Amino acid sequence: MRTKTTLLAAAAVLALGQALPALADFTGGKVRIGVLNDQSSLYADITGRGSVVAAQMAVEDFGGKVKGAPIEVTFADHQNKPDVGSNVARQWYDTDGVDVIVDVPTSSVALAINEVTREKNKVFLVSGAATSDLTGAKCSPNTVHWTYDTWALANGTGSAIVQTGGDSWFFLTADYAFGHALERDTAAVVTKNGGKVLGAVRHPLNNPDFSSYLLQAQGSKAKIIGLANAGGDTINSIKQAAEFGIVAGGQNLAGLLVFISDVHGLGLQTAQGLILTESFYWDLNDSTRAWSKRFAERMNGRVPTMVQAGVYAAVTHYLKALDALGADGDGKAVVEKMKAMPTDDPLFGKGEIRKDGRKLHPMYLFEVKKPAESKGPWDYYKLKATIPADKAFRPLAEGNCPLAQ
Amino acid sequence: MTEFFGIPAPVLFGQLLLGLINGAFYAILSLGLAVIFGLLNIINFTHGAQYMMGAFTAWMLLNWLGLGYWWALLLAPLLVGASGILIERLLLKRLAGLDHLYGLLLTFGLALVIQGLYRDAFGSTGLPYAIPAELRGGQNLGFMFLPNYRAWVVVVSLAVCLATWLVIEKTRLGSYLRAATENPTLVQAMGVDVPKMVTLTYGFGVALAAFAGVLAAPIYQVSPLMGADLIIVVFAVVVIGGMGSILGSIVTGFGLGVIEGLTKVFWPEASSTVIFVIMAIVLLLRPAGLFGRAG
Repeated sequence: MRTKTTLLAAAAVLALGQALPALADFTGGKVRIGVLNDQSSLYADITGRGSVVAAQMAVEDFGGKVKGAPIEVTFADHQNKPDVGSNVARQWYDTDGVDVIVDVPTSSVALAINEVTREKNKVFLVSGAATSDLTGAKCSPNTVHWTYDTWALANGTGSAIVQTGGDSWFFLTADYAFGHALERDTAAVVTKNGGKVLGAVRHPLNNPDFSSYLLQAQGSKAKIIGLANAGGDTINSIKQAAEFGIVAGGQNLAGLLVFISDVHGLGLQTAQGLILTESFYWDLNDSTRAWSKRFAERMNGRVPTMVQAGVYAAVTHYLKALDALGADGDGKAVVEKMKAMPTDDPLFGKGEIRKDGRKLHPMYLFEVKKPAESKGPWDYYKLKATIPADKAFRPLAEGNCPLAQ
Repeated sequence: MTEFFGIPAPVLFGQLLLGLINGAFYAILSLGLAVIFGLLNIINFTHGAQYMMGAFTAWMLLNWLGLGYWWALLLAPLLVGASGILIERLLLKRLAGLDHLYGLLLTFGLALVIQGLYRDAFGSTGLPYAIPAELRGGQNLGFMFLPNYRAWVVVVSLAVCLATWLVIEKTRLGSYLRAATENPTLVQAMGVDVPKMVTLTYGFGVALAAFAGVLAAPIYQVSPLMGADLIIVVFAVVVIGGMGSILGSIVTGFGLGVIEGLTKVFWPEASSTVIFVIMAIVLLLRPAGLFGRAG
């Protein structure tokens, strides 16, 4: 199959004549982008098919070719399991000619792909995963972390809440790499701002009933219950907190990672007033609105999450780097080129990628609107504050990334 | 303040009560499974999907037809139960007399197809469903805040479980059912329409699952995957209670809910595993389950 396509590509190249030197530098005669994420379970609306569509849109907007080499998008479901994810990654890199893996929500899976990609010297563009370790202790010369991370979320939501008086915290934490990282980063922000952490409870991933944990949080008398979880776990926590009168009893919830699809799933009635941090919102400006409209047309009217927007922007920048470099074989060299070029795209604006692989752009602090304030479908957020790019992410020196030394 | 193992007594009472509430869902779902297994000898892996369909039917009734929670409590089990009857007539009937594995594979496959269709139509995040106005708010019991809705769930689940148990154990209809489980040919010879009874029983089991789904809609996320995670636990409950034992499934449903609730206090990380550990132990010591008959 591969030899056949290679032959076909070679024939096409010969026919084109001039394109030959450039094409020869693309492995397999083409660029293959693999979107690896959760296609079927709790993060499927946040990432899933929407991320595949976003990658395809990036390819189309780029013209479908880099220096004459066709660009293909393929995708797979990692089922939120690191072993499944690594197997797909190895097969993609070893036999299917995939040059870059994109998205990969679920931090434990992303950390595994991070290692496989470094070992095979390919490129890993993270949008879905949150753990700040990807640009910290586990940073890799083959990885770019695009959309957000646990540090940025903690810094945005955490410090905003502590500064408005929410100075004692109790965490409900998803019991895996992401939850632990988010709890750690938020606790650090809380303590730094003069607050204190009274306790935490670790719940299994994909847990339907939170009443027991909420009761423990209630018993702690903390002013703020920090939800260091995501997706369905966050939705169920918030829904059941309302039921158990947590907010009515004077405690407040801090959703540390809440996506617009989660707010949609909760409904404004339950979600109103929630403070959250995101790096993208469809209704930020004219170019985000225009792109989101095109996206929604392909996704049954659903607007993009920040993860899906990040996939579009990361793939776009990757293709620009390939265009400048004229080759995709050496993953490290491609990522170096991506870091050397300033980024500019319609969704995140101008920015840059730091030495440790961290993409820098502003983060936004939003408040979920009251039902009466919402003017139409998906009109959910009010902008409370913009955190500038140089303040939004962990300072280079604090991450302990060997690349930053 | 009185303490048990370092946990203040009020907290412990709260957790016991919560465990009982979660156990109510396990009880209704495992009851449906036990009824179906008892008569049809089919391990109904579609049960989780049918529970999910119950919750979604409630959502559809509300958003498409404007029918609220109370109508849903009545209509969703009927509609989903009817779909179950269709499945029994068209598919399951053909597997009668074959090995358990065929039924298991068919129902498991159906569950995947149904979940896939719902996921495609509604997405995986889930949809909002509000608690009915009559049951909002809650009572302060001193040791905990008990939402009215949760109290309703326990009461109505107990009532449904008890009624089902009474019908099967104490009525003439129930005696036909039990007899048909033992020896369908003989009961058929007595003039009882066994195939019809089998169909209706499956429909009833499915309706129970949908009923639990409607009960769950206001408190859990109404999502296509809501049944997939729960059903594995419910199967463990049925195995621990003894396959096909009605009383066993009710008692173990509530009991394991309580045990799981306590685990959430003492060792939260293990709360999703504890039921399976118990299942392993029970299978080692009493392979037929706590209430099952050996052989």
